[in-house]
Amino acid sequence: MSKKDILSRLFQMLIVLVGISFLTFLLTYISPGDPVRNMYLANGMMPDEQQVAITREEMGLNDPFLEQYGRWALNCLRGDFGKSYSLNKPVVDLLAARLLPTLKLALFSMAIMLVVSIPLGILSAVYKDKPIDYIVRGLTFFGVSIPNFWAGLLLILLFCVQLKLLPVVSSSGTFKDLILPAVTLALSMSAKYTRQVRAAVLDELNSDYVIGAKARGVAGWRILWLNVLPNSMLPLITLFGLSIGSLLGGTSVVEVIFSYPGLGNLAVSAITSYDYNLIQGYVLWISVIYMAVNLIVDISYKFIDPRVRLRTDSVRR
Amino acid sequence: MKKKNFFLRYPVFTIFAVLALMIILAAVFAPVICGDSDPTKGSITEAIMEPSAEHIFGTDKMGRDIFTRVIYGARTSLTATFILVGIIFVLGTVLGIISGYFGGIIDAVIMRIADMMISFPGLVLAIAVAGILGASIPNAVIAISVVSWPKYARLARSMVLRIRHADFVEAAVVTGSKTPYILFRYMLPNVLPIMAITAATDIGGMMMELAALSFLGFGAVPPSPEWGQMLNDGRNFIQSAPWMTIFPGLAIFVTVVVFNMLGDSLRDILDPKDKAR
Amino acid sequence: MALLTINDLDISYNNTLTVSGFSLSLGQGEICSIVGESGSGKTTVIRAVLGLLPVGGKVTAGSITYDGRELTSLDKKQWHELRGRDISMIFQDSGAMMNPTRTVGATFVEYIRAHEKIPKKDAWSKAAEMLTKMRLPDAGRIMKEYPFRLSGGMRQRVGIAMGMTYQPKLLLADEPTSALDATTQAQIVREMGELRDEYGTSIIMVTHDLGVASYISDRIVVMRNGRIEESGDRDTILHRTENEYTKMLLDAVPTLGGERFV
Repeated sequence: MSKKDILSRLFQMLIVLVGISFLTFLLTYISPGDPVRNMYLANGMMPDEQQVAITREEMGLNDPFLEQYGRWALNCLRGDFGKSYSLNKPVVDLLAARLLPTLKLALFSMAIMLVVSIPLGILSAVYKDKPIDYIVRGLTFFGVSIPNFWAGLLLILLFCVQLKLLPVVSSSGTFKDLILPAVTLALSMSAKYTRQVRAAVLDELNSDYVIGAKARGVAGWRILWLNVLPNSMLPLITLFGLSIGSLLGGTSVVEVIFSYPGLGNLAVSAITSYDYNLIQGYVLWISVIYMAVNLIVDISYKFIDPRVRLRTDSVRR
Repeated sequence: MKKKNFFLRYPVFTIFAVLALMIILAAVFAPVICGDSDPTKGSITEAIMEPSAEHIFGTDKMGRDIFTRVIYGARTSLTATFILVGIIFVLGTVLGIISGYFGGIIDAVIMRIADMMISFPGLVLAIAVAGILGASIPNAVIAISVVSWPKYARLARSMVLRIRHADFVEAAVVTGSKTPYILFRYMLPNVLPIMAITAATDIGGMMMELAALSFLGFGAVPPSPEWGQMLNDGRNFIQSAPWMTIFPGLAIFVTVVVFNMLGDSLRDILDPKDKAR
Repeated sequence: MALLTINDLDISYNNTLTVSGFSLSLGQGEICSIVGESGSGKTTVIRAVLGLLPVGGKVTAGSITYDGRELTSLDKKQWHELRGRDISMIFQDSGAMMNPTRTVGATFVEYIRAHEKIPKKDAWSKAAEMLTKMRLPDAGRIMKEYPFRLSGGMRQRVGIAMGMTYQPKLLLADEPTSALDATTQAQIVREMGELRDEYGTSIIMVTHDLGVASYISDRIVVMRNGRIEESGDRDTILHRTENEYTKMLLDAVPTLGGERFV
């Protein structure tokens, strides 16, 4: 990936960000709730009309839409996402405090997912249409069909209520907190990735170079372990990157079930209490992180795969 | 070779089509199945009762019969899911065809918006949209539609582009066929089969996303029966009344399995290339 | 005694007979071409000789005897020893038959070390030596290149260099020149002829192009729809054939390297 490509990607990211920020701002602008009233309600006050009118003016809510948006966007650029109405703290501080727990959760569930899906996917591909393949495919089918909020509740029922091995609420701050939420997240992801790994390995097994290596008398295990498997992992790197990003935004359900103190939980409570600054800040943060991760994955992929790295300047004669 | 009956030739499809039909019928005939049991009313004296002969799935905190609520819940879930998939299907296909056929500035605008939606984790936006618009099933449907149409639009566009400059299309243009005629006569039929397969395989997933929004409190509002929202109710009673969690979840799971299998087997029938792999 | 004898071979692909009643006898140092249109089953035949039929393909009747051994009943280990050592194969695009994410050198060394327990360094210099023999300039640089970065002609020479590393008794060539331009085609075909002269290698070449076949073959087999249409020595097929189909193929022959050999 040349410098020019990276710059153009960064430029695209900027446009997407402007679009996303505009959209979230528009959403909160047209939403049925009144932010001022909600702000007072969140702090347990019942304001009279006059108070509301004064605060509206103070917060600039009577200005034209574009002016409000512009002011807000400029502040965001300076790193000031405003103050959370419901929690009475700067949005940046709130988000920063929750980022690490969610990151831990996401990475741990990714690790579980990799450990499960790579071996299963490989087995299933190598023994295609054999009993083991059917078993794996059956498991993945169940995995993609089970809603993760139900799976999470069932896990609580089993490990916390019946076996009493783990706490029901995951906010003790210890490693135990991570186990069930991560397993729940990993469950459906593993199913999806096992399918992807299987498809990728099958794709490689069918490539011409496998025939070539066989014709040269290279041993089967060498073809599989040193050629087919490394190659089939290449396209998966992009997918893994995408999932880290979408995991950061997709943990809400699981965080709520396990009362896990992460970003997703914060976002849900922000939405329930119409805490607009917090919602907007959250959406923007997640999109920046998501796009940054994708960019990094794309760039690194281009260094790993020689076909992509060297495509532009081939030496033909 | 004698042509066998369609349903006998594809037993997997047939089985799951029958099961899907049974679920739909259960939703339609919910009042018949549940008799005079009301999904929204219960008596406090009967609150939180274990499954028994009288209440085979038990009762919830309001004393409502969970079996009745699960059956009536199928109405909410199925209707909302079918409407959602319908909206995404129509919206995505139309925008994709327009984008691919006309190209230029229209294409650029539609596709940049689609790119924006895709370069962003969908659930975050769906939660934000549903939450800000206010909790209700229609709003949840709108929220998921907003983030899901780009996938369909891109698919439809790519298929239109493949035949856009085919001889038979160019011939139609040259001989003066009207644009709407070309769109309906050539573009739509070409795009429709794959789009329909995609929609069919997406039903289960969409149902889960809707239930997830309800579970978080951004979809169905109590006391109307909806599976995701029932799970949210049951969550607080998981230690004392696990049946409140088990049965609504089972209902989602079974329905999703049935529609996923139906979608997959339909794809295998219509698109045998994929099966041979 | 013949080096390779194929007797009344039937090959099915997903239970459909695709090649039937194929017979061929090849002596040492002989070059035989199997000519036919695509779908005639010619590639299937040489794939069967090396036990490399695609998934779903199966030898259902007949025998393939190489050097006194029956090939259709070899086990995995025996195949590994035979393939790439006694019998080599080159393909239409030898570059595509190498792992695209590894360098030519890495693939070559992997191949050598599959047959000889020698250190990597020795395998590397042996590979470079083979490339030089195939008149590839700057072998060291080619070894460090990825296959997709080489030109079609260079890739074919690399493929042949690999195939000839152990001076196999039998070389199977599957459309070795059809992906090349006319000039390179002529060079590659000539070089294959020289291999036979130098090492006494027997060659079976599969091609759709009677022109290429006529250039170096001692014998030509014409295939059509999975069966042998006609077979005989080069001159009989080229100049005295009575067969309508062969005549049709002859009329379609393009020129090779600017000259017409037929």
